[in-house]
Amino acid sequence: MTTPATSTPPARRSSTPEPGTLGVYVHIPFCAQRCDYCDFATWTDRAWIIDDYVDACVTDLRRRVAADELTSASSVFFGGGTPSLLDAPSLLRILDEVPRSVDAEVTVECNPDTVDVAKLATYAAGGVNRLSFGVQSMRPHVLAELGRTHQPANVTRAVDAARAVGLEHFNLDLIYGATGETLDDWRVTLDGALALDPPHVSAYALTCEPATPLGRRVAAGTTPPPDDDDQATKYEVADAALAGAGLDWYEISNWSRAGHECRHNLLTWAQGDYVGIGAAAHAHRHGVRSWNVRTPERYVERIHAGAAPEAGREHLDPVTRAEERLVLALRTRGGVPVHPDAMTETETLTRAGFLTRRGDGVRLTRRGRLLANDVTVRLLAAGAAQPAPTLSHRIPVGTR
Amino acid sequence: MDISRSRCFSLLSHVDHGKSTLADRILELCGAVDARLMREQYLDTMDLERERGITIKAQNVRLHWRDYWLHLIDTPGHVDFGYEVSRSLAACEGAVLLVDASQGIEAQTLANCYAALEADLTIVGVLNKIDLPQAEPDRRAEEIERVLGIPADELLRISAKTGEGVPELLDAVVARIPAPTGDPDAPLRALIFDSFYDSYRGVVSSVRVFDGSLVSGARLRYVQAGAVHDAEEIGVRSPIPTPVASLGPGEVGYLIAGIKEVRQARVGETVTAAANPGAELPGYRDPKPMVFCGLYPIVGDEYADLRDALEKLQLNDSSFTYEPETSGALGFGFRCGFLGLLHMEIVRERLEREYDLSLVATAPNVEYRVHLTDGKVEIIDNPSAMPPATHLEQVEEPYVTVTILTPTDYVGPLMDLSQARRGEMTKLEYLSEERVELVYELPLAEIVMDFFDLVKSRTRGYASLDYEPAAYRPSDLVKVDVLLNGVPVDAFSTIVHRQRAQDYGRRMTERLRQLIPRQLFDVPIQAAMGGRVIARETVKAKRKDVLAKCYGGDVSRKRKLLDRQKEGKRRMKQIGRVEVPQEAFVAALRLDES
Ligand SMILES: Nc1nc2c(ncn2[C@@H]2O[C@H](COP(=O)(O)OP(=O)(O)OP(=O)(O)O)[C@@H](O)[C@H]2O)c(=O)[nH]1
Ligand SMILES: C[S@@+](CC[C@H](N)C(=O)[O-])C[C@H]1O[C@@H](n2cnc3c(N)ncnc32)[C@H](O)[C@@H]1O
Ligand code: SF4
Ligand SMILES: [Mg+2]
Repeated sequence: MTTPATSTPPARRSSTPEPGTLGVYVHIPFCAQRCDYCDFATWTDRAWIIDDYVDACVTDLRRRVAADELTSASSVFFGGGTPSLLDAPSLLRILDEVPRSVDAEVTVECNPDTVDVAKLATYAAGGVNRLSFGVQSMRPHVLAELGRTHQPANVTRAVDAARAVGLEHFNLDLIYGATGETLDDWRVTLDGALALDPPHVSAYALTCEPATPLGRRVAAGTTPPPDDDDQATKYEVADAALAGAGLDWYEISNWSRAGHECRHNLLTWAQGDYVGIGAAAHAHRHGVRSWNVRTPERYVERIHAGAAPEAGREHLDPVTRAEERLVLALRTRGGVPVHPDAMTETETLTRAGFLTRRGDGVRLTRRGRLLANDVTVRLLAAGAAQPAPTLSHRIPVGTR
Repeated sequence: MDISRSRCFSLLSHVDHGKSTLADRILELCGAVDARLMREQYLDTMDLERERGITIKAQNVRLHWRDYWLHLIDTPGHVDFGYEVSRSLAACEGAVLLVDASQGIEAQTLANCYAALEADLTIVGVLNKIDLPQAEPDRRAEEIERVLGIPADELLRISAKTGEGVPELLDAVVARIPAPTGDPDAPLRALIFDSFYDSYRGVVSSVRVFDGSLVSGARLRYVQAGAVHDAEEIGVRSPIPTPVASLGPGEVGYLIAGIKEVRQARVGETVTAAANPGAELPGYRDPKPMVFCGLYPIVGDEYADLRDALEKLQLNDSSFTYEPETSGALGFGFRCGFLGLLHMEIVRERLEREYDLSLVATAPNVEYRVHLTDGKVEIIDNPSAMPPATHLEQVEEPYVTVTILTPTDYVGPLMDLSQARRGEMTKLEYLSEERVELVYELPLAEIVMDFFDLVKSRTRGYASLDYEPAAYRPSDLVKVDVLLNGVPVDAFSTIVHRQRAQDYGRRMTERLRQLIPRQLFDVPIQAAMGGRVIARETVKAKRKDVLAKCYGGDVSRKRKLLDRQKEGKRRMKQIGRVEVPQEAFVAALRLDES
């Protein structure tokens, strides 16, 4: 049995979380191979611990449910690493432990190489209703530069398989700006991705992280660092192509058809609450941000010992909280309300073409999205995050 | 101590001819340093000296050789540190003048030899590095006899590396350099020829006693400062500081008198007994600084620390000057004067290392004499203080007399270079068949930046040069301003000869284009001369900053990234609308890669 994707209710593009929403993030820190650019918490040599790890996630969830920390989830997100590397029954054993609302969104990040119809059918039957595929590029030489193993053809097969089992609600992850990727290569990738008619696309500018093979190549001078101007052009090209295909931006790096926004991510960006399960998972509950021990071994150890897996936490004071709200909300289409203290700066940025007025607030223009960090820092410096009277600010669904 | 058994002498030479290495051998021969603690150029104790392989500060030691006490001062050879040499000479009766037997006489050999003669010292001439295969002692000896007038057969031949000939040299020092004269029963007269500040003990001074005796615990009068202090500790460096009960005439040692106020124990001071004062000794005239720059703390609140550090360092190096100034771009700092570019670099590095400061130095410049239309004459040592062109009758710049010693093969290239730098030749003399002495009058400003390097590179390292101040002369000088987005930045202003204005403007705008991070808008960078733009570059507007990838639930990381960016923004210097990182000032004003 499959759950039709349309059973997921449309998301609200809002900068405040829906009352009663609660997310669950489950981190699966295993990959078949490490991509050259990736510094996520993931390991390629820990197959022996996978079963214990799944058990530990199950135990962790049971304890939280028993402690009443986890009543009913409105979204579940299996991220990685490569969650699809687990066999489907293992993944579902974890999912089964998560109490969730009838219409909960359940996403699994997949590597196109590690899925087939059988696996996806099992997912769907078990309650998974959204997939996210790491496509990155449709050009073999770009994939090679990124250190990816899959062939572009696998992406088509993976998407066909998803559709075959009724999983219509899916995302394609793309990366632009690798060395040797021409503007035409990027157009081919966009066209190839759009040919699959995805309801959701994430496109990320390749970031050079120091502790990765790519980072070391750049430090050694054998690979040039990603070029800002090249990436800016590619962002503009992507934004136009995606919008032309009916996918509108709702966060700087995310585009979707109306109603296909990722609710779990929206929750994160709206400072909503979520529980973190597994190694290196982050959580946000009751004004506290916390994160788990980083390695799967330590996670398993903690859970076996009956201990909490948390490694650190940060209590957000009202100022930090307000700053964070601004940082997150400004990246979304909902934008931010105009803060009385930052009137002038907001006006300056608007006149310079980085912000555009929107009701009682502002949101980033395309140029502004490309310079979101700078714009954010300027607004913060101008006092735009001083705790102020509650200015609830929502954009009704469907207005774009 | 029997005064007839004391010898006070300095080691002199051109840079790198082996003074500090010779001092090593002498320390060993006299058994002054434990073999396990011995290291090359033992007396070069500063980190900077060891890193650069040159002596910066003169050092004195007392050694026992046969039945004699040797008071030896190792001096620096570089032209910028000539003041160290002249102060050392005032504490000596003799000098050992080293000449590298492979290189022969070089510019500072001449300069130091003349300085020793002027101070009336007995010179013991030495050919060093005779172990080198390319050494030509006979030819060099002849040259020395002809040029310096030291008879060839009186020259000692040594290797400071192997130690060969060093005992004979010490015997010659004892035999030829006169013993000090001085009356042990006369009132005390001692000369402070060097000082440094120790954070525990206060001022520690190097002294040479001329008359009477300096006794531990005695009440002393510092004549010029007009102050009275008690001798807390006196001692000798052998080379470990060793307290002694007293120092008599002809002895060199150190004196600690609990002085915390550095102004009270300047070099050149005469120390005498409070109860029975002797006459003042000649002392020193501080040399005139030739090169100036602004020194600013990178962090504004280190201004007071910088002032304190300058005061203390000046005790150890009285040849630089400082005066408070303010810059629109850099805030509060000091205009400092130096004897040369290396001196400027060393002072700045010492301030940073020894006093834990981070500094920006503005572009170096010389001092100008400005004749105003109203008849007044002003001295300008800061380009941004230059009056507008309409108020100027005439501007004069300092010239120097530059002496270049070079193999004959390179005379042509050196003449081309000197001419291109507005030089005027005043002398060309063959010292031998293959060696020429060239003397030029050159604007100081033309040689400050890179003249040394160019001379070296055009002669494959074979030429050397020395210079001394000459007169001021009128010149066609202009002020070049640098503007960021239309706003002039005083720290980058400079005064140059009209011919060089374009070049400076191009170099500076180009460098700044690379150093100023892209902003939200285009930033024009212009170099202007009296309102006319002579060079321009543009920092293109930034199109993209970090578009973070999906950060899972890790919101803290993103926020911290922005916090850092916000902090970075706070540390930027705001020039009009343009944000300039402090590092850009440092890098743009750095001297090397020019
Ligand atoms: N072969 C050889 N090398 C020598 C001799 N004396 C010194 N050197 C080398 O020459 C270089 C300079 O020696 P220093 O003793 O530092 O010269 P210096 O005269 O003290 O230099 P400054 O204090 O900077 O003027 C070092 O590399 C020494 O090892 C020698 O007799 N023979
Ligand atoms: C956890 S991964 C997705 C699932 C799966 N591991 C995969 O790569 O196929 C999330 C996405 O982040 C993006 N990403 C990871 N590292 C990145 C980097 N250094 N620069 C830009 N995007 C990156 C990639 O698009 C990747 O698909
Ligand atoms: S990008 Fe995805 S597949 Fe590649 S190493 Fe990172 S988590 Fe694994
Ligand atoms: Mg030396």
